[in-house]
Amino acid sequence: MSATRPPVPRFGHGSRVPGWDDAVDLTKDPATVPDPATTPVPAELRETIEAAMAKYPDRRSAAIPALHAAQEVYGWCSPQAIDEVASVMQLTPAYLTAVATFYDMFSTVPKPRNDVYVCTNISCSLLGADAFFEAMLAAAEGNPNVNVKAFECLGACDIAPMASVNGEYVGPLDLADAEQIVADLDAGHTVLEHKQLRYRRSADPEVAEEARDFGPPTREVTDMADTAGLGPEGDTEDRPGPTAAIEMTSEELADHPEPEPTTDQDQHPAGQGHEEAEKDQ
Amino acid sequence: MKILFDRIDEPGLNTLPVYERRGGYQALRKALLEMTPEEVLGSLMDSGIRGRGGAGFQMGRKISFLPHGDMDKYLVCNADESEPGTFKDREIMQKSPHMLIEGIIIASYAGGISRTFIYIRGEYAHQADILEAAIAEAQEAGYIGDRILGSDHSMSLVLHRGAGAYICGEETGLLDSLEGKRGNPRLKPPFPAIEGLYHGPTLINNVETLATAPAIIRMGGKEYAKLGTETSTGTKLVSVSGDVQRPGNYEIELGIPSRDIIYGLCGGPDPGREVKFWFPGGSSSPVLTKDDLDIPYDFDSMAKAGSMLGSGAIIVVDDTHTVLEVALKVAKFYAHESCGKCVPCREGTNWTVKMLERIQSGEATPMDLDIMASVQEQIIGNCLCVLGDAMAMPIGSMVEKFRSELEDEIEAARERAEGADLGDVIPIGVADEHAGPFPVH
Repeated sequence: MSATRPPVPRFGHGSRVPGWDDAVDLTKDPATVPDPATTPVPAELRETIEAAMAKYPDRRSAAIPALHAAQEVYGWCSPQAIDEVASVMQLTPAYLTAVATFYDMFSTVPKPRNDVYVCTNISCSLLGADAFFEAMLAAAEGNPNVNVKAFECLGACDIAPMASVNGEYVGPLDLADAEQIVADLDAGHTVLEHKQLRYRRSADPEVAEEARDFGPPTREVTDMADTAGLGPEGDTEDRPGPTAAIEMTSEELADHPEPEPTTDQDQHPAGQGHEEAEKDQ
Repeated sequence: MKILFDRIDEPGLNTLPVYERRGGYQALRKALLEMTPEEVLGSLMDSGIRGRGGAGFQMGRKISFLPHGDMDKYLVCNADESEPGTFKDREIMQKSPHMLIEGIIIASYAGGISRTFIYIRGEYAHQADILEAAIAEAQEAGYIGDRILGSDHSMSLVLHRGAGAYICGEETGLLDSLEGKRGNPRLKPPFPAIEGLYHGPTLINNVETLATAPAIIRMGGKEYAKLGTETSTGTKLVSVSGDVQRPGNYEIELGIPSRDIIYGLCGGPDPGREVKFWFPGGSSSPVLTKDDLDIPYDFDSMAKAGSMLGSGAIIVVDDTHTVLEVALKVAKFYAHESCGKCVPCREGTNWTVKMLERIQSGEATPMDLDIMASVQEQIIGNCLCVLGDAMAMPIGSMVEKFRSELEDEIEAARERAEGADLGDVIPIGVADEHAGPFPVH
């Protein structure tokens, strides 16, 4: 709001685009489809990509699933990852790079493993998302495992301001949650379990009224479903139950590698905030 | 009247046994075993249901545009819910995925479609996992596959995860993305119903539209059409967010006063504040003010008021926020998400951001507002898709409706800037210490 603007980074000849004047080696041929014989690909990655290609009439449709799988293996869409995908899919690396650079979830530069996408779009920013984003950046500063990125609307404005931590939606967040997210990620815990979207009930009053009819769920149902009704009867807050695991020390954790299965560990092992969360993306 | 949200919080509704116990897949049985595809289509036509994704085109008519005959036809369910403020499809997919799957099978039967896809945005990882499990259950139970329930109808269903791009919610951008390309919109015509996915005829519908199909078959199209208003039939999920006390998804009958949604259901802004303006249908709809709160919430009334129902996402902004900060957020979002294919959108969104930032930094004059309005006019209708329009319409409406506030803002920012130390302003085109000296070639 003041006249003191941050200086715009300038590169060669005053341009704002880095590398624009780096000469292209015109004598070099463009990269061709990598030879499968000389491009080793991890067996699991190859299987995932081949299974994805089999689902579509045209194998190129599997480009996004394949890049998701490669990014999961290498942490980012590295030239090596792209070469491997290109070799399995029989496409040029240039084609896949073009795809990877279009989408926000792919990174063509190295990035930390854990993704924290902070929504900074309208609904969230009305409720203080920009301040939370700053706090999140500060909390994760210097942490080699946490990648904080401002994201456009993530589709959870009901829990604004919110963030997606390795695909797990959490909100509404306050500034103190930034430190907690980093601490949970560092410890390998489920992140902010009491603020996870998956446990939130419908806001619609008539629906909420009906929800009370169901009462506390039985053990069997809880194991299958996770979307609702996990609190005791009459509990007005949307929370999954005690978050004891977060307070555990590392010795205790060794004895109890997982928190009590209050949710659907069996059916949806992914999305629990652990490393598997990204496996099938 | 709850159709989509009927007891949606029931634990385990995302699994097949609970969904079937509640009468799930009975509409599919009725459609496949007792009705011809023409009768199913007739029922959807009778219902008058209009697309819930944003454009509001009648679902039945869309299916009827598909060519007849034995060929590869495609159905794509648009679950790339990225319109700011919209989160209704998320709740359907997370809590009642089988309702969507049943709707897809019914629509595929009506259109004679054999290959169907759900394009879900990559950020919805949890919802995609749930859908994937539900699709596997439905396949296991014989609802998806060859000769479903002993009828002649066969179809397949593939879940496709996107990777984060707003433009992939635009139907032709979505098709390109599903084909494994960058999600650039295509020139229309040909419309997807004639030439879409893999050059085949393609039906594209929103999650909410398809999820309503089982209810329409169950109730009968004419019965469904009795809900809502004459031209906006049925119920609609509205996603209310922003400055309201109880944000969330609500299922309403179309045509109720907007005030009943914002103040009645959601409690309005916090005590002591009042609504300044609101987006009735996602961030791309022209804004309405507090004087428009009594307009009925349906497609035609919103169009008559100069806005649109869009995806049904109401974003409420109260009087503690300035128009400028919201306009800048909106413009920055569209500038970031413009795919860059058409010049008016690529340049127009970026210049709008720059002009709004000029207001903030105190360099603007009131004439800038006229330039801004003219830029919006030049974007609308001049691009392959409506992303540019989606920025131009709300920004244009904000400049029009809050002109005096923006003029005050220009003046205030200018005064602030004049008081500031001008030594900090970096002349454009001059290298600064961050960039270092120009390289010598």
